[in-house]
Amino acid sequence: MEVSFLINGVSQRVDVDADTPLLWVIRDILDLKGTKFGCGKAACGACTIHIDGEAVRACAYAVKFAEGKSITTIEGLSVGDKLHPVQQAWMEEVVPQCGYCQPGFMMATAALLEKIPQPTDQDIDDNIVNVCRCATYYRMRKAIHRAAAIKQETR
Amino acid sequence: MSTENKKKGFSRRKFLTRSAIGLGVILGSGYLSRNLIRRYLAGAINELEPSYQGNTKSPSLWFEITAANEIILHSPKVEMGQGTFTGLAQIAADELEVDISQIQVVHAASASGNLDGLSTGGSTSISGLWQPLRELAATMREMVKQAAAQQMGVDVAELSVNNGVITAAGKSLTYGAVVKEVSEWVVPKTPPLKPIKDYKFVGKPVPRVDLRDKVLGAPIFGMDATMPDMLFGAVVRPPMIGATYAGADTAAAAKMPGVVKIVSEPDFVGVVATSRMAAENAKQAIQANWTTEKSWQTADIEAMIKVGQGTPYVIQKSGNAQRLLAAGEDIITAEFKSPIGAHAQLEPNGAVAFVEGDKATIMISTQVVKLTRGEVAKRLGIAEENVNIQPTFLGGGFGRRLHTPNAVQAAVLSKAVGKPVKCFFDRQEEFQNDTFRPPTHHVLKAKLDADGMIAAIEHNVSSGDVMFGSPMFPALAEPLLGADVGAWRGGMIQYGAIPNYQTISWRVKLPFATSWWRSLGLLANTFAIESFMDELALKAGKDPVEYRLAQIQDDEAGTRLKSVIRAAAEKAGWRDEVVDGRAMGFAASTDAQTPCAQVVEVSIENEEIKVHKVTCAIDPGLAVNPDQVRAQCEGAIIMGLSATMYEQMIVKDSVLYPTIYGPYRMALMRDAPREIDVVILENTGVPGAVGEPPLGPIGAAIANAVFRLTGRRLREMPLAIA
Ligand code: FES
Ligand code: FES
Repeated sequence: MEVSFLINGVSQRVDVDADTPLLWVIRDILDLKGTKFGCGKAACGACTIHIDGEAVRACAYAVKFAEGKSITTIEGLSVGDKLHPVQQAWMEEVVPQCGYCQPGFMMATAALLEKIPQPTDQDIDDNIVNVCRCATYYRMRKAIHRAAAIKQETR
Repeated sequence: MSTENKKKGFSRRKFLTRSAIGLGVILGSGYLSRNLIRRYLAGAINELEPSYQGNTKSPSLWFEITAANEIILHSPKVEMGQGTFTGLAQIAADELEVDISQIQVVHAASASGNLDGLSTGGSTSISGLWQPLRELAATMREMVKQAAAQQMGVDVAELSVNNGVITAAGKSLTYGAVVKEVSEWVVPKTPPLKPIKDYKFVGKPVPRVDLRDKVLGAPIFGMDATMPDMLFGAVVRPPMIGATYAGADTAAAAKMPGVVKIVSEPDFVGVVATSRMAAENAKQAIQANWTTEKSWQTADIEAMIKVGQGTPYVIQKSGNAQRLLAAGEDIITAEFKSPIGAHAQLEPNGAVAFVEGDKATIMISTQVVKLTRGEVAKRLGIAEENVNIQPTFLGGGFGRRLHTPNAVQAAVLSKAVGKPVKCFFDRQEEFQNDTFRPPTHHVLKAKLDADGMIAAIEHNVSSGDVMFGSPMFPALAEPLLGADVGAWRGGMIQYGAIPNYQTISWRVKLPFATSWWRSLGLLANTFAIESFMDELALKAGKDPVEYRLAQIQDDEAGTRLKSVIRAAAEKAGWRDEVVDGRAMGFAASTDAQTPCAQVVEVSIENEEIKVHKVTCAIDPGLAVNPDQVRAQCEGAIIMGLSATMYEQMIVKDSVLYPTIYGPYRMALMRDAPREIDVVILENTGVPGAVGEPPLGPIGAAIANAVFRLTGRRLREMPLAIA
């Protein structure tokens, strides 16, 4: 099946099995490797991307539903050399350890800040439910608050 | 020679003397018991973790200097999140006299020759490379300076060096410019190292060198690795405990779209296809047969893991605890348990392999580059030198990547089709084919004297294997040691002022693979011992912190342990009372010579244990990067909390469950303490272990706090109060 969509501002057309998870289209066909495979069952969030601004777990999203949608991956979060406030905050708090889960968390956070620009700790607990085995949660929480502040300043 | 070198040299000499001469004497004395040899070895291993076995003499294997004056450091240790690359860059920059931004750390391919004979693990990467890397970097700097002196026609003594630029008599050359003109290096004698106080990067909280890549989501992991013209493979893995592969019906799979080849081997069956989906679908269509001997349930495993079953090995003994604890009404006894634990690292195991004739290239996340190479070479029947392992960044290690059969499987698939093949575990396979943290059972006994101090104490631990049976561990040592070194890690009594104490390890061979899991036996052993210490303190009517301090000996290890205990208690404002529904809990441990103490603040909310704050004091000897020491403590604390409070695998009809995150409950953002306060002490001047030691105390500290809140002593991980 042919599917067309916009990804990180570039329009793409792929011809694949309609039920292929969008994750594999992004990683294997479009060669954008920042979106990670952690479980394939919508249970870890490593594959979190934005579809029309909503955080979505790409491993559980069949490519056929992507027709005409606008997709953003971690590669599209920064613009040129300019990091997104979330990425900037992540740098400043030195969040990543192994780093594997981090794109998913940053994508989930970026989407959260669009909905709730100044999230409380409770908002963070309720909305950031990805898995980090290196358990960098302590710094992530600080980075999320910092990202909110950076975003506020640059608005 | 600076002070820290002297110290290091001293302790190393001491060890060599003890292992070479000491062991000889013991083995030579026929009348001495095997137990004594065992305890001697156990003591030596407990103190000294093997850390590095590779090149220490050829700077050019390690450093590549580019024309742009960048230094590429080829690391034989892998980066799995622990921050090793950053520490190595700091160390190298200081001795090379360059800015840290000029250094780029990469994984050394095995073909580069810079190959570590050991693994990356055991919290030893920085401590093991501390001395050799400084010497290599200093030597490299001298090599470049000598070449520069020649090129500039001046004496080496006239050169000054700054940020990789060499200046003399008004002229300047970058390292890169000097190196370009060199056709052959002369390796000089190792120059003296700088005093630590002169280091600009070592000891400073510099940002991780891999930070930007990781924030950009750069393709740096094994899962991201590709090769041109690559196909996709999938391998059918054993679905249950004890399953032996007994052939498969592959007819239906072979006909499916996209399938290139079905690969049937004596020990497994796999498929190669043109896309991941095609490979996955075909794999589902393969009907594999398995033979099993017995159906296993969790209860069977629990019945095996029991102190009193199998052979006891006394691994630590001082005085005569056995006699004192043999009988009597005043003997205090307690039991503790921990479950099977999964690694659950975020990046599943996988590999991309290309076998061409008698050569093979494998890109893979591995903690054991040399072992992986050897296994692939053996399976393909080619020379080890013909296999090039290109390690990638690891999406978590924790011991999971000390076993890499996936490299062999990818290589076999690639050989069958003559093209590069990528294959990996899915998440269910990760959970079911993990090399688990073994379950444990602990029995502790003690007797108090008239003042309430411990007169005798004994710790019995029953555990599945951790190191035994692994190709990493010399099989020869098994009968000599008897008990598994990894299983009793953290299991020895660290209160050396107690007159009589002993530790007994009971070995159990489980029917499924168990292995290293970050900190090995430390978490469970400390959970048991430090919960028991808390009980004894309360029984004696003493403050648990003072009670511990009073029973620690005054040697170097004891002094360091006491200082972290005091530091944690002081920083946390330790008080043994419940205030506003919150209680504190205390515990301490020593792992690989790094002592660590933690105070937790806990409440019960909606019938759940809530950890609000953790104060952690650690003495890694010297913190090469204090910010990363902090990061390791934060991560280890939350990972340990997760294992203590939520995680467990069960066995039902020989199948291991759960098979997915969520049901395999792990700590999430909402479970992480809002406050983690880390105090770093540096009492030896030499970097020691960091990645695992802070995992020790957390479990017991939480359970001890819960006791104060509920009056209930929780004796089983995962902790349950409902
Ligand atoms: S890979 Fe998609 S949620 Fe885990
Ligand atoms: S940083 Fe390793 S899993 Fe999150």
